[in-house]
Amino acid sequence: MLSTLGGGGGKPAKPSFVSYVTPEEINQTEKECSRKEKHPDLLPGEVIFCSAGPVLKSIKDDLFQRVVYGTLLCTNFRVSFISDEAPSDEEAAQLFKNKLYGENDIPLTCVDHIYGGFDDKKKLIISGFVKNKYPSKIIVCCKDLRLFHFSLAYAKEEDAKKIFQGIVYHCLEPKSLKCVFAFSYGEKTLLNKENQTKPKTVMFDTSEDWAQEIKRTKGNCKLISNNADFSISAKLPQFFIVPTHVTQEDLTKFDGKGIPIWCWSHHSGCALFKTASLPLMQEDASSQLYKSYMEGMLNAVAQTHLYSVKTEELSDSLPTVQDIQQSYSKFKQFFLLDNTNDFWMTDVKWFSSLEGSCWLDIIRQCLAKAVEVVECLEKENTNVLIMEEEGSDLCCVISSLVQLMFDPYYRTLGGFQSLIQKEWVMGGHRFLDRCNHLHLKDKEQSQAPVFLLFLESVWQLQQQYPPAFQFSETYLTVLSDSIDVSVFSTFLFNSPHHMASIAKAMLEPGQRSPVNWPTVWDWSVQFDSRAQDFFINPLYMERSRQDKAPRKMPRPKHQRHQSLPSSAFKFSPSAKKGFLKDETDSLKKMLRVKRLSRWMNSPDSAQASTREFFVAWQRRPLDYHGLLLPCLEGPTLRLWSQRYLRWIPEAQIFGGGSITILKKLADLLAEVQDLRGNLDRQACRADFNHQGVVARAKSSIQLSSAFPFTMPRSRSFKPAIPIGPLHSLITDSLADQEDEENLGIV
Amino acid sequence: MELLTDAPLLPGEERVIDKDIIYICPFSGAIKGRVLISNYRLFFRNVDADPAVTLEVPLGAISRVEKMGGASSRGENSYGLDITCKDMRNLRFALKQEGHSRRDIFDILFRYAFPLSHGLQLFAFLSQEKFPENGWNVYNPMQEFRRQGLPNDQWRVTFLNSTYELCDTYPSILVVPYTASDEDLRRVATFRSRSRISVLSWIHPENQAVITRCSQPLVGMGGKRNRDDERYLELIRATNRTTSKLTIFDARPNVNAVANKATGGGYEGEDAYQNAELVFLDIQNIHVMRESLKKLKDIVFPNVEESHWLSSLESTHWLEHIKLVLSGAIQVADRISSGSSVVVHCSDGWDRTAQLSSLAMLMLDGYYRTLRGFQVLLEKEWLSFGHKFASRIGHGDKNHADADRSPIFLQFVDCVWQMTKQFPTAFQFNEHFLVTLLDHLYSCRFGTFLFNCESMREASVRPQPPHWHAPQPPAVSQGHWSDGVTVVRLFQEVKKKTVSLWSFINSEPSSYSNPFFTVDLSHVLYPVASMRHLELWVSYYIRWNPRIRQQQSPMEQRYKELLALKEQYLKKLEELQLSDRAPQVFPRGPHLSNSASPSPSSPPPRVTRLQTPF
Repeated sequence: MLSTLGGGGGKPAKPSFVSYVTPEEINQTEKECSRKEKHPDLLPGEVIFCSAGPVLKSIKDDLFQRVVYGTLLCTNFRVSFISDEAPSDEEAAQLFKNKLYGENDIPLTCVDHIYGGFDDKKKLIISGFVKNKYPSKIIVCCKDLRLFHFSLAYAKEEDAKKIFQGIVYHCLEPKSLKCVFAFSYGEKTLLNKENQTKPKTVMFDTSEDWAQEIKRTKGNCKLISNNADFSISAKLPQFFIVPTHVTQEDLTKFDGKGIPIWCWSHHSGCALFKTASLPLMQEDASSQLYKSYMEGMLNAVAQTHLYSVKTEELSDSLPTVQDIQQSYSKFKQFFLLDNTNDFWMTDVKWFSSLEGSCWLDIIRQCLAKAVEVVECLEKENTNVLIMEEEGSDLCCVISSLVQLMFDPYYRTLGGFQSLIQKEWVMGGHRFLDRCNHLHLKDKEQSQAPVFLLFLESVWQLQQQYPPAFQFSETYLTVLSDSIDVSVFSTFLFNSPHHMASIAKAMLEPGQRSPVNWPTVWDWSVQFDSRAQDFFINPLYMERSRQDKAPRKMPRPKHQRHQSLPSSAFKFSPSAKKGFLKDETDSLKKMLRVKRLSRWMNSPDSAQASTREFFVAWQRRPLDYHGLLLPCLEGPTLRLWSQRYLRWIPEAQIFGGGSITILKKLADLLAEVQDLRGNLDRQACRADFNHQGVVARAKSSIQLSSAFPFTMPRSRSFKPAIPIGPLHSLITDSLADQEDEENLGIV
Repeated sequence: MELLTDAPLLPGEERVIDKDIIYICPFSGAIKGRVLISNYRLFFRNVDADPAVTLEVPLGAISRVEKMGGASSRGENSYGLDITCKDMRNLRFALKQEGHSRRDIFDILFRYAFPLSHGLQLFAFLSQEKFPENGWNVYNPMQEFRRQGLPNDQWRVTFLNSTYELCDTYPSILVVPYTASDEDLRRVATFRSRSRISVLSWIHPENQAVITRCSQPLVGMGGKRNRDDERYLELIRATNRTTSKLTIFDARPNVNAVANKATGGGYEGEDAYQNAELVFLDIQNIHVMRESLKKLKDIVFPNVEESHWLSSLESTHWLEHIKLVLSGAIQVADRISSGSSVVVHCSDGWDRTAQLSSLAMLMLDGYYRTLRGFQVLLEKEWLSFGHKFASRIGHGDKNHADADRSPIFLQFVDCVWQMTKQFPTAFQFNEHFLVTLLDHLYSCRFGTFLFNCESMREASVRPQPPHWHAPQPPAVSQGHWSDGVTVVRLFQEVKKKTVSLWSFINSEPSSYSNPFFTVDLSHVLYPVASMRHLELWVSYYIRWNPRIRQQQSPMEQRYKELLALKEQYLKKLEELQLSDRAPQVFPRGPHLSNSASPSPSSPPPRVTRLQTPF
């Protein structure tokens, strides 16, 4: 097994460095470990590559810097530090523990950058091969924004060198997909298919799933199921839905490009489609072909409802994936701080730095674009076709946001997971390339946190309308972390075709059964059920019983009655618009021409109309189970502080944070549910006890704002006192003035 | 057209004028309606009541009234009034150009919005409102000192200032080191600006470290020293055995403290005060704060700056000032909890000093985080110690550009709000309370915030010119403390003639309380004074903007619903339990249940549970 692994990854090894240890060496290192009685609980399929000790890890406990001795190891899954200190009771009792990796473990794919510390200098490491001196310190920056400082100064020189090379090699050098841990893990684990996902997640890998979805939204499009062997296109999923008027012939023309893929149907009958756009602007022989093909496709889309369609080329108005990557690289640096001094120095210009990274602005642009699409569907009832070169990046962001704003089903935990399956996994988002987990040099250009951008936008929506979402902020944070845990099939491939072909290739060397990659939705892989309680938002308001449809459906129905008909927008006096629309409608009916309009002709008027749409929506009473529109004014878009500040001790509010409220709510909710349960039992049996309620007695641990990710360790803490340049305030003539003009001298 | 006959009026409020007008709303354009001006408020309602637009502005919140356009101005709605308010909004009204139609309304508004400039009384003195609670009883200094365990063997209560002879801007009751004689105090007073000597604000119940407050020493250019003052601070240090060095927090930036020497002020020199450590907290003066708020208003009203919101916000420096005030208070609280006594001062010791001492006390003492305790804190650190509310707000005064005006109290309330955001379960009061507090800071409906200091509150019978400082010979009425010491009864006039804001608040405490409040008196709260956590108080500063949705806190709502549900379930369970038990109880001894409760159908639930042995 090992040789297969080694074969994949060995190619770029420098002669001086043994890329993969031989089985003998593994035995040795394992022996060494057992001698020290320090070894991690290895996961199935996990093997240790190298280890060194004693290594010092510096940690900041409640603002005090201290060091811990231990052993540093590198396995095929993670870099792990095993502390010589016995875990404290609090750590042992930690509720929110990830079963795959602990607080001192870094999954290899989670490593973002490695710095080497040479005396007092810090150098970015790009290769394990160092000419002169090996660094005495390794600083590891993680994609989940943890920061580790390890000192190798006390380890044997040989060990230090080996662990440094090992870590750098396994974390940063290009490797083949089969070296990713999911493959060894999947071989050794049995998946419990039954309770795979507790909240039912629709995987959209069968035609039934799609059929059910189109039934739920009452769409009138047709299901295409003859791509099961990817004969139509390898870029499309095995099953997908297109407008009824798209013919079989149309499907096979341009390798999947230009086909309007159905995303979701509005209750009025109009629908949202996405497509990988054809290069229409080129002036060559094929462009005429493209143009007439696109016209046909638009016609097909238009016929779905009222012969109207609006198209939007997303790359015209939204940042490119390179912009997204660039912005995020800048942005994340603000949270990888070496020391307290850095923290306070960057605090002074905090707001302008945030703005300078443009990250929040990109989120705003995505949300704004989604609102524009919502406006077309809701107010004008036109079909919308969004396009983009590959149709699997910003198309996924916008289409999922639109659906999240409209459809309360997607705001449940199961619904949200299904949405990601539908739009992202089956929609062929190139997770592998966008994450560049394999560190392939030629893929560096395509690396971009597009999915994270989506999660960020969801977080913004969620913090504006907390009762509308069944899942919690913690859930989103954990999901964003899981992207970089190389165990789940969900984020491992570029498309359904990619996954299928790899799975097929794996089968060939006479294996017993297909590989079992867990999906990320099987949360039991990472968290026990108590920890999974943190995924539920205690503020979520379920629809009251009267509101619910009387029939029990296997999946929640798409709720039609909640969004008002377009007549509800009559306050916004757009008489001119209405008039024009009537005319074009009759015109269209007469001439049977499609209306193809572009939005961004005059950005100002588009903005004004969107604002009008928002204001009209806002005037209506807020329905958490209806259409939700984000407020995009400056102060309302905020920093996702749980994700970004959780590891920074200076930024932790001890005994505070919104978690203190959520905890109270969750406790009360549990109490109410217990009572409810008691009541139900009481109704049939006549024995009643209070035990359930008492057993839930609150644990009165002091929490901090970073809960549940970190816990304050000691109870007696010192406040974080700002230091550094506090004199940045412009001292003008005012500052020199006296508070009182006539200072009385007694 | 008597459109506004149903307008709400307070007892004692009188209509002055009622007139057709056009309100030029910055968000939805011109709205035709009618305006009513009373001696308390400006009230506007639109003609076509759908959607209803009403405006209610207490006249006290108006800082400036101006005429807009002239009789010959062209353009629609160009002739009218422009009103600047103290509560972060501006109002524009348009009138018909014919017949000088705005003259009467302008004159009336000008007169009633600035009564003190026109020889009229503030509305608080005309109000006939009655409340079941009497807010003037909230604060009793002796009671508050007793709560802190004072006097004790190190600290004594002195009535030396009972007629405000020692210091006219201090309260009549002071707590000073036991070892300092009244004569000492008088001598120290000569060396502190405006005689504001160092007196105790708060004492730590365990380590006995104290927060004391004062004004700057009168060091001057020549670097004068005063042995009495030096000895006095040494006495303060010595009250607590664990304090080897007294920490003096000078709230000002170092340069300003130096500059103050030119006008006779200064700071404690190192060689003069041997056992003291001086720390400058870099908080800017009232003028800088005023300008900062002005800049903030520019970016939030009427429209929120969109494209560069964050950098615009940064350029106002408002949050940076908040950060400095909070971080100063954190340092004070930190010294106290580690056992060192602290002296806090700025220049006069009534602006920055009040902010620092009260915020530190809020961090240290859970009592001040309750609804009542917070009122006591304000009464004590702000009102009795002479924060110049009248001058800083400019109640009833037309001089809108007065350099004495400054949003120091607003800044303090903002700091409190930042703390409530960071510790949402630690405060008994909610955001609505803080907003109400600020609304009535300006409204002049209540007597609480009207005057500059205790001595003036007591003497005020008629409107005073705004810059009036020296206390008149007080209309002394004698009273007796239980200890038998004769002192002047406090707040004689204001207390008699006006209603306290706390009467209003405490008569309906439920709407101001935070359902999440968890009593935890023992913990020191250290907010994080970093820009990462400080945020603009949108629901105060941008509350007039309809585009920013004012959600009723979904958390609060949800919590209340759950509590109601819990009650309901508990009740149902009790009922079920009762109906189950009934057949068991009766056969065993009906007489017993009869004796326990006369009506067996509804016995008190607690009794039932006790009766059920397991």
